[in-house]
Amino acid sequence: MIFLLISPAYAGELTGGLGPQIPKATGQPHPEGNAYMRRWHMSMMKHDRDLTMYNGDRGIGASIGKCFECHAVRDEASTPVTFANSRHFCRACHDFAAVKIDCFDCHRSTPEGVEEPPSHAAVSGSITPLMPDAEQTGSLQAYLDALGRKEARK
Amino acid sequence: MKTATPGPAEQLPTVSRRDFLRSGAKLASLVLAPGVTLMAFGGSEARGAADAGKRWGLLIDAGKCAPDCSACVTACENENGWKGSGNPETDVQWIRKVTLKNKATGRESSMPVMCQHCEEPPCVDVCPTGASFKRADGIVLVDKHICIGCRYCMMACPFKARSFVHERVTNQKSHAPRGVGTVESCTLCVHRVDEGRIPACVEACTAAGHGAMVFGDLLDPDSEISKRLAQYPSTALRPDLDLNPGVRYTEV
Repeated sequence: MIFLLISPAYAGELTGGLGPQIPKATGQPHPEGNAYMRRWHMSMMKHDRDLTMYNGDRGIGASIGKCFECHAVRDEASTPVTFANSRHFCRACHDFAAVKIDCFDCHRSTPEGVEEPPSHAAVSGSITPLMPDAEQTGSLQAYLDALGRKEARK
Repeated sequence: MKTATPGPAEQLPTVSRRDFLRSGAKLASLVLAPGVTLMAFGGSEARGAADAGKRWGLLIDAGKCAPDCSACVTACENENGWKGSGNPETDVQWIRKVTLKNKATGRESSMPVMCQHCEEPPCVDVCPTGASFKRADGIVLVDKHICIGCRYCMMACPFKARSFVHERVTNQKSHAPRGVGTVESCTLCVHRVDEGRIPACVEACTAAGHGAMVFGDLLDPDSEISKRLAQYPSTALRPDLDLNPGVRYTEV
């Protein structure tokens, strides 16, 4: 694969320096070229998702599911990692660039058939959890109990 | 870009078509604003299964629907991955079994109720962002990319067909993305319909031996659903609202 230097951020690929550690992909390189994909992948996915949703075009290429086929990063047990893992191919660059993506609030972050563990749900996406967890519920209850005792003393 | 097409024989023309479009997009992106460029190419590439010449519908025969059977509900849960966590206050429900009782006669009838895929959907009327929409072939969907979770559509729907996702979701089906903070409902298994298959509930009902559900094109006079509708009396739920739903019932 030929990596094009389009910004200093990508210098890390060659020097192993400050840039993001981009995981190696399998399969054929994009005919559009890596520089084009880096600049436009979000627009391609946005464009094609609308074709699928509004027109029912199921044969489109630029979809999250298709990205997985070549880009999914595998762990030591050769299982594709979820978005909760900082090695996930989307996070490799997005963490570096501090661009928060919310795709995986709704879309699964592993290929179909590869289980996402419950810990995946704890990853903060764009939306904070709406339901309080056990710890929050406990402290809330303690606060209400204290209020109740205060009222009772009056 | 690796293409989706399975056979190597089909792969070549797809790649070249995409190459052509992408190279064109690249060329134009030097001149125009990026968003404008890509959307401009959207028109030339559009060739989906949503056909304005069709209107997908369901015919549900309550006379054949067994009161103790919920094969359609289970099939929908498995197909679209919305199995509940056991909390009825917040669990989503794309399809539910409803039992009606005529108080005067005591006759009970059972039937599944889901999104009725109205021709004039109130959920689309009230949606402030345009997320709730009707496809050209009559299937009513939520674009969760722009749904803000305000739940106006849930209030507007007379069939209580829509649900809000209260909790984080994992292991979604790749054909049915769903996530916290958005509203969702029956999609008439749009991913299956686009492939020429029938919805999972209809398939399960047939497999269970009841055959209480028929799926088909309401605009095609030769389809089984149209023939049955022409032959037997049927009704829409809440016909007084004049919504002309795609889902119709007989023997209620």
